[in-house]
Amino acid sequence: MRQRTRRALNKRRLASAFALLSPLAALQAAPFIPDSDGQILEHLPSDAFARESRSLRKDLRLNPGNLELAVKLSQAYIKLGKAEADPRYYGYAQGLLNPWWAMPNPPAAILLPRALILQNRHDFDAALLDLDKLLRLEPGNTQAWLARAVILQVRGRYEEAQQSCLPLTELDDILVPVTCLSSVVSLTGQAAKSYDLLHDALAHTPSLSAEQSLWSFTVLAEMAARMGKNAEAERFFRQALEANGKDAYLLAAYADFLLDQRRPGEVVSLLADKTRVDSLLLRLGLAKQQLKASDLADTVASLQARFDAARLRGENLHQGDEARFTLFLLDRPREALRLAKANWMAQREPKDARILLEAAIAAQDPQAAQAVVDMLGKTGMEHVQLRQLASQLGTAHSAGDR
Amino acid sequence: MLLRLLLSAILLLQAQPLFAHKASDSYLALTVRGNAIEGQWDVALRDLDYAIGLDGSDDGAITWGELNGRREQVAAYVLPRLQVTAAGAPCPLKLADYLVDKHTDGAYVVLRFRVECPRPGPAIDLAYALFFDVDPQHRGLLRLDYQGTTQTAVFSPTQPAQHIELGEVRQGSAFLQYLSVGVWHIWTGYDHILFLLSLLLPAVLYRQGRDWHPVAGFRPAFMEVLKVVTAFTLAHSITLSLATLGLISLPSRWVESAIAASVVLAALNNLHPIIDKKRWAVAFGFGLVHGLGFANVLNDLGLPQGTLLLALVAFNLGVEIGQLAIVSAFLPSAYCLRRSRGYRTLCLNLGSVLISLIAFAWLLERALDLKLFSGGGL
Repeated sequence: MRQRTRRALNKRRLASAFALLSPLAALQAAPFIPDSDGQILEHLPSDAFARESRSLRKDLRLNPGNLELAVKLSQAYIKLGKAEADPRYYGYAQGLLNPWWAMPNPPAAILLPRALILQNRHDFDAALLDLDKLLRLEPGNTQAWLARAVILQVRGRYEEAQQSCLPLTELDDILVPVTCLSSVVSLTGQAAKSYDLLHDALAHTPSLSAEQSLWSFTVLAEMAARMGKNAEAERFFRQALEANGKDAYLLAAYADFLLDQRRPGEVVSLLADKTRVDSLLLRLGLAKQQLKASDLADTVASLQARFDAARLRGENLHQGDEARFTLFLLDRPREALRLAKANWMAQREPKDARILLEAAIAAQDPQAAQAVVDMLGKTGMEHVQLRQLASQLGTAHSAGDR
Repeated sequence: MLLRLLLSAILLLQAQPLFAHKASDSYLALTVRGNAIEGQWDVALRDLDYAIGLDGSDDGAITWGELNGRREQVAAYVLPRLQVTAAGAPCPLKLADYLVDKHTDGAYVVLRFRVECPRPGPAIDLAYALFFDVDPQHRGLLRLDYQGTTQTAVFSPTQPAQHIELGEVRQGSAFLQYLSVGVWHIWTGYDHILFLLSLLLPAVLYRQGRDWHPVAGFRPAFMEVLKVVTAFTLAHSITLSLATLGLISLPSRWVESAIAASVVLAALNNLHPIIDKKRWAVAFGFGLVHGLGFANVLNDLGLPQGTLLLALVAFNLGVEIGQLAIVSAFLPSAYCLRRSRGYRTLCLNLGSVLISLIAFAWLLERALDLKLFSGGGL
């Protein structure tokens, strides 16, 4: 018996060694022939844009190398990719720019879409390079200044981000520079002032486009949440959702707010039908964990499959989310800390700081989050949760020293 | 049963909206068997629709009817975008099957195909070009299975080609794998360890009348260990090779029981020595039986015929490495302790009693196994 068990074990070891070598195997179910011709296999976006883009692509095929047409279509796909948080559209956008993609100095019109695609792939340095080139050619290009400000803010380079918001004051619409500036400045120890500025600017703007409303109210809501003004945050999140209830960034931010408020039921109803986006499925999983839902395991398995699929491509664009997944849903603090540290090298938003603190505390490695503590000290950032976590980390630290 | 079917149907329905947004990938799996190469290529319907248009009815849904109706166009678009070359000659791809599968981000068409190489060689070259023109962020994820080993690679616009040495695949990782199984088997195969220990325990002593005495120098102890280990190695290598090559074959239960018996006898020989001077002969005789046991392990792993010899050499080498590690841990410590009373009473006598008891239990277990289960099977 013993011998047989041992052999079986031996065999299993070898089998699992082989399985490790072929991670694809896990993702492949058994292929099948559908039962009937009418069986629907896949749903495609079939709105006006889908139809229009098809005819534009046909035009482009007839006129390959038509710069104006390619840029127009590329920008439409970037917009769609952002709204749907679907990386495939960024791939299409890049494909349309193929003739100019590798040029060190392409026509100016290529630079902005190319920068946005690079930004989406987290190639922030290359994106900034393109934006700087464009701004040397067109110093009045406010879209480029704004894109630059956003990237610099994500990278935690707040002073430069602030500088990049200033040229936006040239615009007639005061709300654009105010939202840009207050978003950055609120992270540098001047939260109350920034909050009042944006709040007043919004109050004095009679009519807002849906796009502007989405952006300004999301920024204001996040600001309020960081300051612990929960009732206000709730109100502004709702106003942003009224402007656009499908924006992935907004939904993720609101879900995080609700999770902090221990309101998981609302997260589930908010996100139940929006799980195509990994970041939103993650928040749904975290809500199910708070609810102790019986189908949590299915969500965890789906998330795992998605992170595995991304890893097969050799990509790690979502290490921040993966760190949260690993820490809270897999309960593997050391692995989560490794991911959170790697993520911090690429992105330095408050949420990136937060997962690094949380992972460092869970892994009992306070030193690992020293960079966040330093950042908090340097910027004076006001953020209720971050401050609380940092002091928790400090306690762990001094306990460790003793 | 019905309930389970119902439940899985519900689960499938639930799985539908869990499809992810992700960048475009295709999954290309190639299996090399001798001179034949078979392939399976999973391509996302969304990507195909973007490239060649699948939604004939333009209603935002792709049905099996629409996909199946365009089988020729799909194959004509996809298959030529993988070029396989062997020995300088292109190998055409022939569609064999046309199916559907689901991945994390939705439905895929599955193209199964044969690669027909006019001149099969020890290496193949792959050039991949699917979708790179319309979506440079597309990746082709390759898995190549060849004689029990798997290689993976990612095709991208900057790296659209792969050169794969089939010989290298075989000799590299498979060898290491069998080597480690060999080491692992000797370390966790307590019967082999205990047999060896039983023969080695008296190596640092010699017998005069009814008493054990410590040897004076290191040399006689070392020579005794060398003789025992060499004899054991020689013997089990012979039977391991013969059995693996199919030249001898004994029922595994007999072999396993005989191995247990060999441990009992070797341990009892320390308490009431019958063979004292020629312990190497015991090692050789029973080593033949242990070799048959090793062969059973190797057999259980399901050896591909092509790599039989390689696996045999690697596994045997692994066993020797594992054995050498045990001996080099044992000899210095036994030599240092040989003068102490504890070594003779505790290690040699009590140790041999314990070993013989454990081995006797194995013997009963394995023999009992035979009596209980030989008729009906488990």
